[in-house]
Formats: sequence, C-alpha cells, structure tokens
Amino acid sequence: MHKMYNTSVCSSMFSPNALQSIMLVTRQQQYWIMSSCTLKNQRLRIGHRTKVPRNVNMEKLQHGYLFPEIQRHQLMHLEKYPHANVIDLGIGDTTEPLSTIVTSSMVDFVHGLSTEKGYKGYGPEQGEKALRKEIADTIYKDLGIKPSEVFVSDGAQCDISRLQLLMGPNLKIFVPDPSFPAYIDSSVIIGQAGEFVYETGKYKNIEYMTCGPQTNFFPDLHTASRADIIFFCSPNNPTGHAATRKQLEQLVDFAKENGSIIIFDSAYSAYITDDSPKSIFEISGAREVAIEVSSFSKFAGFTGVRLGWTVVPEELSYSNGFPVVHDFNRIMCTCFNGASNIAQAGGLACLSPEGLKAVQSHVDNYMDNARILVDALTSVGLKVYGGKNAPYAWVHFPGSNSWDVFAEILEKTHMITVPGSGFGPGGEEYIRISAFGQRDSIIEASERFQCLV
Amino acid sequence: MSITQNLTTSISSTSSAFLASPTFTPRYSCFTSFLIGIKIASFFCLLIKILIFFSGYCRSQVSLPVKSVSICKCVATPQEAETAYKTKVSRNANMGKLQAGYLFPEVARRRNGHLLTYPDAKIISLGIGDTTEPIPEVITSAMAKRSQALSTIEGYSGYGAEQGEKPLRSAIASTFYGDLGIEEDDIFVSDGAKCDISRLQIVFGSNVKMAVQDPSYPAYVDSSVIMGQTGPFQKPVQKFANIEYMRCNPENGFFPDLSSISRPDIIFFCSPNNPTGAAATREQLTHLVQYAKDNGSIIVYDSAYAMYISGDNPHSIFEIPGAKEVAIETSSFSKYAGFTGVRLGWTVVPKQLLFSDGFPVAKDFNRIVCTCFNGASNISQAGGLAFLSPEGLKAMRDVIGFYKENTSIIVDTFDSLGFKVYGGKSAPYVWVHFPGRNSWDVFSEILEKTHVVTTPGSGFGPGGEGFIRVSAFGHRENVLEACRRFKQLYK
Repeated sequence: MHKMYNTSVCSSMFSPNALQSIMLVTRQQQYWIMSSCTLKNQRLRIGHRTKVPRNVNMEKLQHGYLFPEIQRHQLMHLEKYPHANVIDLGIGDTTEPLSTIVTSSMVDFVHGLSTEKGYKGYGPEQGEKALRKEIADTIYKDLGIKPSEVFVSDGAQCDISRLQLLMGPNLKIFVPDPSFPAYIDSSVIIGQAGEFVYETGKYKNIEYMTCGPQTNFFPDLHTASRADIIFFCSPNNPTGHAATRKQLEQLVDFAKENGSIIIFDSAYSAYITDDSPKSIFEISGAREVAIEVSSFSKFAGFTGVRLGWTVVPEELSYSNGFPVVHDFNRIMCTCFNGASNIAQAGGLACLSPEGLKAVQSHVDNYMDNARILVDALTSVGLKVYGGKNAPYAWVHFPGSNSWDVFAEILEKTHMITVPGSGFGPGGEEYIRISAFGQRDSIIEASERFQCLV
Repeated sequence: MSITQNLTTSISSTSSAFLASPTFTPRYSCFTSFLIGIKIASFFCLLIKILIFFSGYCRSQVSLPVKSVSICKCVATPQEAETAYKTKVSRNANMGKLQAGYLFPEVARRRNGHLLTYPDAKIISLGIGDTTEPIPEVITSAMAKRSQALSTIEGYSGYGAEQGEKPLRSAIASTFYGDLGIEEDDIFVSDGAKCDISRLQIVFGSNVKMAVQDPSYPAYVDSSVIMGQTGPFQKPVQKFANIEYMRCNPENGFFPDLSSISRPDIIFFCSPNNPTGAAATREQLTHLVQYAKDNGSIIVYDSAYAMYISGDNPHSIFEIPGAKEVAIETSSFSKYAGFTGVRLGWTVVPKQLLFSDGFPVAKDFNRIVCTCFNGASNISQAGGLAFLSPEGLKAMRDVIGFYKENTSIIVDTFDSLGFKVYGGKSAPYVWVHFPGRNSWDVFSEILEKTHVVTTPGSGFGPGGEGFIRVSAFGHRENVLEACRRFKQLYK
C-alpha cells in the first residue's frame, strides 16, 4: 500500500488565544501542541493582511483533524528511524485490491467516455438513477427505501459536512463519546458547538454521552438531555460495538419523544457478523426520525475511489412540516455536483451478485485480521472490545493517557495505532487498532504486541 | 413504483444535471411544485391526481428517446399532512431564504413541459454548459490504467492526500502557474469548482459580506445565502440583502465600477465570465487587485474558462503583481477535459493570503479540506495528470478549438440577424441582447418556436435581464441546426 501524503501544508492551527491557554491544557492536548507542525517559518506570517476576519468557528477547533495528525507522527517517527518497518494499524484504510469485476466495469466505462455513444457529461447531482435504485433495492431490501430517497455522494465524511450545512448553526448535536471526529469537528465549523472547555475537553453546546463497557457501549438515554441532532454510528468507530435491535429501538423512541433527528452512520454495517441491525430503517418508526449515511469505502475498498450515499426518507420533516429531503436535495445541487461517474460505475458493479460476493470476501478477510489481533491482544492480558462486528479493536489501558500509550507502542514496536482520546474524552485510556492490512503485516503486528507487554 | 418528487422552491440544480443533449442516455430528473400552504397543495394534489388518473400521464422514470421525465406527486394528502409526524428540529432559516423558481430546474422544467407538448420535437440544448465531446484517449487510457491497477497489490491505493496527489498538484502548478510563484503546496485538488466554492464559504463563515458580478454564476450567491452571510431576498430589486451586486454590462465593458460599491470582505470574480463571456483585461484585473488591497478584501477568482481565451487577457489572477496577497483562484477540469461527470478541479490558496489577524487562509482551507472532504477520486486524478501531459494538452486544445468554432458559428448567426452580441470570443457562451424584453419571455419564445433550450439572463441576477445566454457546447450538427432555426425565427 502506498500513500502519497503531503503534509507540507500544515493541518494544525491555533488561535492566538490558545497560546495563552497552553499552561491550562491537558496532557493530551500537549501532544497536539508539541507535535503540530507549522508553516516553514512561523505560524503568523508577516506581510499584507486582508481585513477579512478569520471565521471564529475555525478558531474554536483545538488542533488539526485527527487522522492527518496521526500521519504526521508517523512521518516524524520515520525520520527518527528511517529503516523501521512501520506497520500502520492507525487510519482505517483498506488495503485489499479491488476485484476485477469492479475494476473492469470502471475500465469499460472509462473507455466509453472516449466514444460518442459512451460519453457522459454532468450527471444528476443525486446520483445515477441505476445506482440509486440498486442501493435502495440491494442494501435496503425490504425496508421500503425508495431510490428517490437515496443520494449518492463522494463519501460519508463529505455528506456529514453537507448535512451540517443543511442543518445550520442554530442546532445542538448529541454525540456518543468516543465518536468519529468529523461529527464534532463539523459541528464546531458550522457554529453549533459553542466554546471549548479545556477542563472537560468538551464543547459547551454538544451533548456528549459516554459509551463504555459499563454502559454496554450505548448511551444512558435516561440521563441525556434533548438535542436536535443525534449522531450515532453502528457498528461503531472506534469502539467496534454494534448496537442491538433493542438499543436502536430505544434510540428511535428517544428521538421520537424529543423530536430529534438521528444521523445514523452505517459505514461498517457490512462487517456485522451477528444479527445486529444493519440499518436504522430496520427499526419501526425510524423513517420519521432518521437519516442514514453510508459509504463504499470500507465496504468495497473505495477509500480512494470515493463513493457513498445518504438516505433521507420522505417522511422526515422539520418542526414546520417542511420535508428535510427537499432541503438536502437543494444542498446537493448547489454545494456539490455529483460523485464521479466512474466511481458510480464501480459502485454499481459492487452491488451485482458477483460484486457483492467479491466485496464480502474482502470484508471477511479483514474480520479474520481482526480476530488475529484480538486474540493476540487478549493473550497478553489486555481487555479488548470490538473486533467482532467491525474492523476495529478497542483496547483498554486502565489509568493511562492514550497519547502516551500511542507513543509507547510506536516507539517500542514501530506500529501506528490511534489514541482513544482523539475520538473524545470518553476515549481516554483506550487505543484503537484497525484490522486493515495485508495478512503478513497483521501477523507480524500480533507478534509485536506480544513483545510489548 | 415510486414517483419522484422535487420542489422548485428549494430544490434546484445550478448545473446541467437536468439538461442534456439528445445523444445522452436518459437522465434522471424530477420536479414537482410545492405550493405554499397545505390547502393550495391539496387542491393541486387533487387536480394532478385527476389528470394522472384520466390521462395515464404519470409514470416514474420513463425512458423517452431524449430524456426520462418524471411527473409530480404531492407530498401528502390533506389528512396525512395534518397528522404526519414532525420533528422538533427547526428548519435552517438560511435555506428558507432561497427563492422559488431557481434558474436551472426552472429551465429544465420548462424544457420537459415543452417536450410533453411536442413529444416529437428534436430539442437542442444550448442551455446548460455541459461538455459533449468525447474525452481524448490519452486521458481515458490513463484512467483505465489506474482503474485496472486498483485490482493489483502494487497498484492498489486507499485514501490519498486530501489536498490531492503530489504529482498532480505539481503538474497543475507548473502548467498553469509556471512563472507566477505559485507552488505545489498552494494547490488543493478537488472534485470541482462548484464544491470548492461552498468549501470556501465554510472557511469564511457567516460573518463576512460578499460582492458578486451581476450577472454571475448562481452558486456564488446561493452558497452565500446558505452560509448565512446574506439578509432576506428583496423582491422589488431581485437581490439578497447584504450582498454587493456589481453590475456588468455593455456600457461598462462588463467590468464593474468598483467605486460605486461599499467594501465587501469577499469579491467573487469570474473571468472569462459565465454568463457574459467577457474576459477581463490586465488593466482591469490590476485595478481589481488594487481595490482588494486598498480595502483588505479577498478575491475569489473563478478561472474555469481561462483556456478559452483568445487574445492576451490574463489567464490567472496571479499574473497580476500583488495578487497572491489578496486572491484565491478556483478552476476546473470540467470545461477543459470534458470532466463534467468525472469530477476534478482545483483551488489555489497562496501562503501569502492572510486573515486580518495574520492567520494564513491556506491553513483553514486545508483544515476544511481534511475535515469536510476526503480527496478527489484517485481515478479522476490520474486522468487529470494525463491531461496535463504534452499530448493531453494538445488534445485539449483541439477540443476547446472545436467548442470555440461552435461559438463563432453562433455569434455569426446572431450578428447576421442584427442582434447585439457579446462574449463568444474568450468563452463558450454567447450573450445576446434583447433590449427591453423579459429574458424568460425570450427564452420561452425561442423554445416554443425553435425547440432550442437557452438560458434566460435574469437567472444569473437582475443584471442579466434583457439578455439570453447561448452555450456553445454541443455536437456540430446540433449547433448548425440550432443556428438554422434561429435564422428562421428572427429573419
């Protein structure tokens, strides 16, 4: 696997105010500060300044986005140990080549673009009709999702921001803690989140619901206060937990009682091995309270090809009765211009019977990786969660600082992981280990873990 | 079978999604009218249901020789609407400011309506700016190779750098900004200029004021409304409050009188211009850069049509000294490489561009690119790289030359009919003046009498009233046929 990361443009930013607050920051944040790169010379450049004020919401972001930060640590480590055989179990990046069923359909489509008959220009922003239908019929079989409710995109991370743009700044979100960083970051950027509170490591206007072993990795909704938007990812990144039917029923009831909208992230649903629900729409009543976001990235290895989708049911309405789907369509038409038609051709091939078999075999392969890692970690006495319904192992290091553990693992074993606190304060004491990788790397990794403890 | 629905009040396409040349495979498009008030909606629901029942009119996703047409369905029956569950989430007030009858869906709706009235009409679309000519093989073979490679262990790649693959960033910098001091890491590869415009708006946030040319590409204004930068729409003047509309017309050489506007934070400027086709001169752009410098504004310069320039007009804002401290440039492979469906573009944010507190704009843009985006498709990027090879650039010049010939044919046609014609020299758009006439009326007249789709100028802003935009993308025979029809109508 080769990556072509370019980190010469720094992904970290600090507001001038943060400089004063450095003394108050937690240990975890020190890792961000110490390791964050700056532009070659200085953070604030000398030269003509425009009179355009910096967006205050951008100032509220505490550090660079999590995954580029991890990459920078990796690069720094490689500078220190240029001959180290670094194994990357950090970012959840797929490694298995695509099946030729998928790539040959993309190749055919591409060749068609050089012909009069096969050339296509702008496609519908909502996605090619055939793909929307296939997603509705295959992924949401028997769940009553209509093709018109499916919006094809260039990926879930992009859709999350478009949903935030749609929802606007005057709403409050609820996130499980820990969670995929894009939910919180996009909320901050759009202006929903309020001020960051250093003492707690949380934003004032976001409802964080701890999800840990003590709560069965499900928020205690009895203690939750109302939020407009509830982000919920299942199977979960980073904890690997797949919510049970009962838990999702509770969630839908909670949303209904509070008039909230669930944004359900089902990007890892293909990894479910038991009978946990794969879609929020398996739950009765969900059509009136939920949006579902998903992706071909982890399901089909499309992390670089870029393809995903979002389902917005017709019934979902704002408080004034206005259908959410109409505004989402407006956003898709105004702020987006459709997923690449080549990627869509590939997506369609993935959803054919042969294509589904092929992608499932990759998913199974990653889950075998997960089992190997979980076994190795368990065998050295670590408490490991996840790894059954998701390609992530969530490992507990009680009493530890997760960035310290990340650094120790990296230093001692040359392996990249992800510190749990990068996913929120509820991730402190945990490390996320991803199961994507070639089998020989995974086996090597499992041996290195055994040396670690 | 489900029947699709859409609203003209809030759903719109600023792109060609709903318009296609007759050679395209049927596209998905659907509209419905969402009328204010459940009572009005229910009346129309009833009417439509009756029409549906008696005429066998309503079918979803019908494949017609030219296009698929979807028919409307009401959102709910009166009883259902009154008892239907509503969340307690307030609708984003900014979305509510967007106006009904937005340009491109309205154009498409009328086109579809026309097709229903004249099902055998050979409609020619010179409305949307959608490329029609096949992509040169040097480019598609590179994309095929990359696609193929994704099936191999050595060739598979997962997540790429969100800012774009290094070789592509480097090739863009050297091809387009060779001697202009723009470096590889100032370039951010994207899935297109339209998407970048919204990402830039997210960077800027809601507390800035923008200025746009009037007329202008609708995405600038719409994204500003969505971000919450504007006040409400003011019907008497057809403008949103808190946007500076800079009139561009024949009288001022399609360059705005900057002394007449109050200071904006952000100035959107497109050259060569969509829709007028005007390409700004070096003097004009020097004046613009100076204005931005004096007022501390940031120019967002849209150069998506730069390769269509005839003459020595600047291709990039960065040809103007000092521009790196005041400007961002956004561009696209769409109109150069026929990548309207493949999706690839880029934005240049120079390191020297700073917010008022000295913070580099590029750092915030990078953060947005990393958080709200995940990179352009790797296959598209392979195509972009091939496009920037000597062979690719030559092939591009041939295709652009083809569209420019189309443009000349259209210009000559309207010239010969005695119209005042603008643009068409440095852009694939012809801006035809119909003095004293309502542009929607002219649009309808042309559509009704010649079955040719154009775009009414007022859709690009009040400054477009009295004009029609004719786009020059199309197969030669369609362009020639359209011109024959224009001559017939206006002889």
